[in-house]
Amino acid sequence: MLIEYLAILIYIAIAIGFALFAVVASHLLGQRKRTALKEAPYECGMTTVGSSFRRIPIKYYIIAMLFLLFDIEVVFLYPWAVVFKQMKSFAFISMAVFIGILLIAYIYIWKKGALEWE
Amino acid sequence: MKLPEIDLCLIAPEIIVAAFGFFVLLVDVFFSKRENKAYLGWISLVGIFFAGALAVTQAGSVKSGFEGMFISDGYALFFRITFLIIAFLTVLISMGYTQREGIAFGEYYALILFATLGMMLMAAGTHLVIIFLGLETMSISIYILAGMMREDKRSVEAALKYFLLGAFATGFLLYGIALIYGATGSLYLKDVASYIASKNLLRNPMLLMSLVFLTIGFGFKIASVPFHMWTPDVYEGAPTSITAFMATGVKAAGFSALVRVFFSALPGFRPDWTSIMWLIAVATMTVGNIVAISQSNIKRMLAYSSIAHAGYILVAFVAGNDLGVSGILFYLMAYAFMNIGAFTCVILLGKKGEENTLIRDYAGIGFKYPLLSAAMTIFLLSMAGIPPLGGFMAKFYVFSAAVKEKFYWLAILGVLNSAVSVYYYLRVTVLMYFREPEREITGLQFSPAAVAALVLAVIGTLYMGIFPSNVLSFAQKSIAGLM
Repeated sequence: MLIEYLAILIYIAIAIGFALFAVVASHLLGQRKRTALKEAPYECGMTTVGSSFRRIPIKYYIIAMLFLLFDIEVVFLYPWAVVFKQMKSFAFISMAVFIGILLIAYIYIWKKGALEWE
Repeated sequence: MKLPEIDLCLIAPEIIVAAFGFFVLLVDVFFSKRENKAYLGWISLVGIFFAGALAVTQAGSVKSGFEGMFISDGYALFFRITFLIIAFLTVLISMGYTQREGIAFGEYYALILFATLGMMLMAAGTHLVIIFLGLETMSISIYILAGMMREDKRSVEAALKYFLLGAFATGFLLYGIALIYGATGSLYLKDVASYIASKNLLRNPMLLMSLVFLTIGFGFKIASVPFHMWTPDVYEGAPTSITAFMATGVKAAGFSALVRVFFSALPGFRPDWTSIMWLIAVATMTVGNIVAISQSNIKRMLAYSSIAHAGYILVAFVAGNDLGVSGILFYLMAYAFMNIGAFTCVILLGKKGEENTLIRDYAGIGFKYPLLSAAMTIFLLSMAGIPPLGGFMAKFYVFSAAVKEKFYWLAILGVLNSAVSVYYYLRVTVLMYFREPEREITGLQFSPAAVAALVLAVIGTLYMGIFPSNVLSFAQKSIAGLM
């Protein structure tokens, strides 16, 4: 019974093995030069300025979050489309209610100004 | 293809509550210029009233629907009415308070309605996923409501603390649900019970683990020891109106799901859960009452007192007989009136920038605000369990249920605890009437809606104390199909 899952076990072993191999190999083979900038925390090509505990604009996060929300809802449309012909009006009304509730949420965030960048 | 049968009448009260929630949300964004948001409160009240009226029309009938995931029986009816009463009183006390504290957002009322919707689903769900979804709908709304005072550090702390710990507890609950599914292959409460009985799975380790996880998950929501650590901080930091809502609504919802899941899905494990719950009940009562004595802030005191009350209700849960379970229902209803009433008094005694939530602020207000103090005295005495008030009858039913099932020690410890609690409840009363005020409290503005809520709460507390048999027989009829 459990033998059916052997493939998964092998796959996990390969995945872990490859990750270990890549890290260890680059550690052993690669050459390293230490510089002050590289040792600095959070070097991402930017020099750090001031404290990180301050107010930051969160517009980007709001839009990203809303995008995720509405994007995920669309997933429900796929199984719905598959069974639509068999379920006819029932499917239509169910989805209309669902989309209707989403629409209310959309109107809400729009009127609240969550989609305005300025 | 067979289409699922949908009987929308079954969830009509829930639909009304949800629809009014959306309506409030939309009205708010279209008339966002209006400074005074009290009209949204009135809209919510209309919705809650309609939902209650619809729920009452379903009285007497037991109908299951949505493939057996949802049931509209007496038990659901009792809790629907309890939740709607709680929501009604909460909205009433919120209208003046939110305006005063500068948290008058339209979302506030919508979130109260959505939280109520979640509570109603928890009480009426007969499928663990529905119960879980109800719990999440309720919890997420409450997390946001607890942090409504965005400028106040304590409120933000309350929201974050409640969210993190709540998410963790929800994880436990979900783990328990998953283990039940793993062991029995079903999430329908009835199927779980019959499968366990037919395969004799009473010593199944997966199910025993799930019992523990469910106890943790629900124990967090009802604030029982040792899952109570969040309670005082969250109750103190959250807006007072939301504290009242949490202490009554969330607790009642937690108990509604706990009782339904344990009694309908896991009745075979009664001996196991009885011993766990015995310990939790005693610990909850004792810790709640003893720590409440040393509090200097009235909101924290009421938070610990609400922990203690969860302990009393667990006594009835341990007893688990007809009187015990109907006693739980009675207790939750009585507690809703007296606790919201007490928090209403706390709200009315404050003003903008001066909350007056220290217990010593209550010194000498008895003669300055005689009616407010009289109401506060009624609620505190009711919580202490002094006749002829609702809290006394509730405790009477709970402890007599324990005695009837021969849990003598539990009943004795409960009564002793109740005696301890009299001290800190009476201390506030004594301060109000027999001490000179330390400083003048002036310029209080009593919002008419909150005063109306106060009057309703006084009437409810007195009614349940003087004519308890009406509510008790309603509660006894409600649990008919459950046991």
